Amino acid sequence: MTYYLDQLLNGLSLGSLYALIAVGYTVVYGIVQLINFAHGEIFMIGAFGALSTWIVLSWVTGGSTAWWNLPLMLVGGMIVAVLTAVLMERFAYRPLRNAPRLAPLITAIGISIFLQEFVRLFYGQIPGFPDAKAAIPFPQLEFFTGPAIDVGGLQVHRGNFFVMAALLICWIFLWWFVNRTATGRAMQAVSQDPDTSRLMGIDVDRIIVVAFAVGASLAAVAGLASGLRYGNIDFKMGFLAGLKAFTAAVLGGIGNINGAVVGGLTLGVVEAMATTLIPGQFGGPAWKDVWAFVLLILILVFRPQGLLGAKVVDRA
Amino acid sequence: MSSQTPTVASTESRHVGKEEILAARSVTMRFGGLVAVDNVDFTVHSGEIVGLIGPNGAGKTTFFNCLTGLYKPTSGEVRFSGQVLPPKPRSVVVAGMARTFQNIRLFPNMTALENVMVGRYCRTSAMALTSILRGPKYRREEEATRARAVELLDYVGMKGQGGHLARNLPYGDQRRLEIARALATDPKLLLLDEPTAGMNPQETRQAEELIFKIRDSGLAIVVIEHDMRFIFNLCDRVLCLVRGKTLIEGTAAEVQSDPRVIEAYIGSPDSDDEASGSDVATEGEAGNA
Repeated sequence: MTYYLDQLLNGLSLGSLYALIAVGYTVVYGIVQLINFAHGEIFMIGAFGALSTWIVLSWVTGGSTAWWNLPLMLVGGMIVAVLTAVLMERFAYRPLRNAPRLAPLITAIGISIFLQEFVRLFYGQIPGFPDAKAAIPFPQLEFFTGPAIDVGGLQVHRGNFFVMAALLICWIFLWWFVNRTATGRAMQAVSQDPDTSRLMGIDVDRIIVVAFAVGASLAAVAGLASGLRYGNIDFKMGFLAGLKAFTAAVLGGIGNINGAVVGGLTLGVVEAMATTLIPGQFGGPAWKDVWAFVLLILILVFRPQGLLGAKVVDRA
Repeated sequence: MSSQTPTVASTESRHVGKEEILAARSVTMRFGGLVAVDNVDFTVHSGEIVGLIGPNGAGKTTFFNCLTGLYKPTSGEVRFSGQVLPPKPRSVVVAGMARTFQNIRLFPNMTALENVMVGRYCRTSAMALTSILRGPKYRREEEATRARAVELLDYVGMKGQGGHLARNLPYGDQRRLEIARALATDPKLLLLDEPTAGMNPQETRQAEELIFKIRDSGLAIVVIEHDMRFIFNLCDRVLCLVRGKTLIEGTAAEVQSDPRVIEAYIGSPDSDDEASGSDVATEGEAGNA
């Protein structure tokens, strides 16, 4: 029993990570109907931004791993991720705003490869930074990592708590931002009818930038959380994570924020449970990606609008 | 006609002293080989209601779209308060021109109040970052936006209905809500595209009262309508377009009694059906744009 609970918890924390990234896909899709396949790379860059912040701090602190590094790393990661996303929107996607839908999709794949290779080749060139051609150990901060916590007999990795709490906070914040602020209202308006929004005096280009920035901030949170939980980061971590998060967004109903969260958690739990419950040859960790994408195929066949796709009122 | 250079036309004598808000000079709009709006001059003064009439496909909505920056006219120019506006819908709204739509275009999944608040958006300084950080200025602005939106809902006669989703509102209220949303942008000129389409006589009367009330508050109004009684009750001046060209412009009484207007609507024995058929297709396309 404990074993299954343990797996459930692992699934939820993995799912939280997917959900944090999936929100970025869904927010951008809701506003511009664009699948930003380079979003996984924003997650990776967020993690590298957080790491870089820590490295720069360590020149002063001598490599302290105290808890207060966390907020600074988070801000550092967010700034780098948001900057990358905004530049990407400005120079790669905006010129293609009225192009056929295939063009931005292929551009996204190009940006994705560019960003991966850029980090792989140039990160180590910056004086004082480690070489990024292989995995880089991520600083293990006090309190957020370390010995597992005992919760009623369950040994829970501290990183799991961090990522689940992060998802919860981001979700609440995002709900508030979309529903209770002027910018959020404008985002809803653009997602429901971009042409009318423009005629009502909304600067649609700026709202699109905001959507990219919001997605990138959450991806940076996920990047930091991933580093803390798995202990290392590398330049290709964004590929599979991005693909899984995209699956999660489709699973929940793309364009729908709550859908991305539900889809992410579902995908994480299904992966963890499939690993555990399926016996014999098709079980075990080696098959978890297979089950994740089988779920995607089933959803696309039987409920293409996603779990929350049809009924949900708020898309933004 | 396409090579015509815009000229500054002389002000009509009976409007001397009134501020000229909107002045369109020789506006022409072509779609490929089709001339949807052909060399139309049009002037609106402050505090005036001007009607725009014409049979289906006459180019009324296309002309509206030229005025509001949705289309860039092929030739001719539109001046608003003496300035040529860049053909960007956003700058047109900021300059003080707001519109409603022939087919209702509310944000269906937002509440009535939120719809009006979206209209306020262009008058607030709300940046994404300040709305996250919630400075005192932002909070004041948000409060003012909400208060103004509630006030406008009252003004159009929808008191207490702000909480309903726009798509669940009855048809007449949706039309009124569109007007409230347009008013929220603080316009100097309001353009109404068939505000009473599909309304029953009682709703039409209420709309008429509302439009008078708005005019009395100092706004200039341009209204496209098919309901002739409505137009002739309401408008100071009427412009009649037929196949993209100005047929007649004058006071309601002048236009009403002009035989050519009646002919344009009902048709004369030798009217060309094929040509009017292609005109209808144009307006359909314009409405969807």
